[in-house]
Amino acid sequence: MKTNGILELPDDSVGIVQTEYYTFAAPPEEMRLVSGRMLGPVTLAYETYGKLNGRRSNAVLLLHALSGSAHAAGFNSADDLYPGWWDLYVGPGKTFDTNKYFIICSNVIGGCTGSTGPASIDPGAGSEYGLSFPIVTIQDMVNAQYRLVRHLGIERLLAVAGGSMGGMQALQWCISYPDMVASAIPIATSASLSAQGIAFNEVGRQAIFRDPNWKGGDYYGKTKPEAGLGLARMIGHITYMSERLMHEKFGRRLQNADLFGFNFESEFMVESYLHHQGIKFVNRFDANSYLYITKAIDYFDLKADYGSLAAAFEKVTADFLIISYTSDWLYPSEQSREIVRALRAGGIHVGYTEIESDTGHDTFLLDDRQTQRNISNFLRSQFEKHG
Amino acid sequence: MKSMVDNPAEIRAGYDIIIEEIPLRSRVLDLGCGDGVLLHTLQRIKMIDGYGVELSAEGVSVCLEKGLYCYQGDIDDGLADYKSNSFDYVILNQTLQSTKKPEYVLAEIMRIGKNAIISFPNFGYYRIRMQLLLKGTMPKNRLLPYEWYESPNIHLLTIRDFRRYCRGRGYPVKRERHFNVGDGGVSLPSVAASNLFAQYGMFILDGEKYSGLS
Repeated sequence: MKTNGILELPDDSVGIVQTEYYTFAAPPEEMRLVSGRMLGPVTLAYETYGKLNGRRSNAVLLLHALSGSAHAAGFNSADDLYPGWWDLYVGPGKTFDTNKYFIICSNVIGGCTGSTGPASIDPGAGSEYGLSFPIVTIQDMVNAQYRLVRHLGIERLLAVAGGSMGGMQALQWCISYPDMVASAIPIATSASLSAQGIAFNEVGRQAIFRDPNWKGGDYYGKTKPEAGLGLARMIGHITYMSERLMHEKFGRRLQNADLFGFNFESEFMVESYLHHQGIKFVNRFDANSYLYITKAIDYFDLKADYGSLAAAFEKVTADFLIISYTSDWLYPSEQSREIVRALRAGGIHVGYTEIESDTGHDTFLLDDRQTQRNISNFLRSQFEKHG
Repeated sequence: MKSMVDNPAEIRAGYDIIIEEIPLRSRVLDLGCGDGVLLHTLQRIKMIDGYGVELSAEGVSVCLEKGLYCYQGDIDDGLADYKSNSFDYVILNQTLQSTKKPEYVLAEIMRIGKNAIISFPNFGYYRIRMQLLLKGTMPKNRLLPYEWYESPNIHLLTIRDFRRYCRGRGYPVKRERHFNVGDGGVSLPSVAASNLFAQYGMFILDGEKYSGLS
């Protein structure tokens, strides 16, 4: 039994891990962003699990979604109560088996958990970037990850994998660096966010803009726009769940009473749950990062960027496993099928499965046996083929 | 449509002939590939580049276990995005009779495949005829193992039906290899009066020639 000091850790945990940092693009060698603006120096926070093999052929890059971080698995310290965001999938003997693979996960640029983002100090100004931070795109995130992967001495990734925005990055990786990706696992994702998805993101951003504490993004060292960010998270959380899941988890049950109080206190369990999610989130996330990252998701559009999906995938050589979920209404299966069809037409090897689930968009973060089984089998055969 | 994974014994029919038919290193699409045993075997013996389409999530998972690339979907739609003549062989094995739109599926197969292998249980087989004639009930046997109310087979046909159909559509038939399944699943070629005595019909069609004609 491993232990982190407080909890006894199960044997399939990666244990205590340290977040590491890689800084590059120091002026005058700044990184050119899709917008044309320059950014530098750029720091990426990252974690690795498992060991890189002698042939350097077992590296798997995990790509996080909107609210994720470099901390995908294990615990950061002895008194850390929560494991990494994909701990259910990463560890010895787990889906991304750290006994076999060298797993890398980094925080995206624009993020707020160690990588350069709006909360970082602008070396030119000597204070936080705030809204002077340039708009970043999914392509920019991938270009930064490319620098990290090369820094780690890896010339070809066995796989890139991620859900939601992580899936967008996985697709972009295959397009931007076709020779560096042997296989890709985009989950619950899309080649472009739907109008409905953009609408929800915009409502989230508006909640932040309208918080008086936001102050045009210049709130560092002052009171944070917690009400706005918390509300944005509550809206987001609704979209990550399915109607059925909400019904089963909360129904119309009341939190602390049997009878209505006939007032506006939050009474229903679902209300308390959302409040709790909102509060939990503001403690760990930066409101400006939320604005930047949702914008990057909204801008992502492979069809517009390359003319068509077929054109986008023209140089892609990776093998694909694409997964969608029946109850995901934010990134519905049809959007995955659209990707699959374009890849198939291009003669690319693609496995696709639509997994029956009641848990909505976030299913890939949960302990879903089918997701784990399919990824683990796909990875194994990719490792046999390319490793 | 009922999952093809449920009934592996029946869909093994004709595997040996198909394996014999397909040349080394062909690009092969198996429509309704089920648990992927045929593709997997072809990959091992003939080093093919294999692709599968399967309706059930469980089928796709089992295919992934075997290292196959399988798309979960209905073959009645979604063939349109494949380019013409993009496969050396398209296989439709014991699946035609359960497609919703057999005409569409066949037309797409002829477009995307240079060759097509179509095999199906022959409703003209004498024992099927006898069952209907003497018992007056819908045939249920090893070929057609379902009760009428649960059968996925909604477009049953005979060898003669299919031969006529190909003639009518102008689909060039390269070979007919109708067969019966003997002990241990070995296919025994049907030698005469196949529409009466063969359990299964098998047609190898020339999609490339057809594309040239049309």
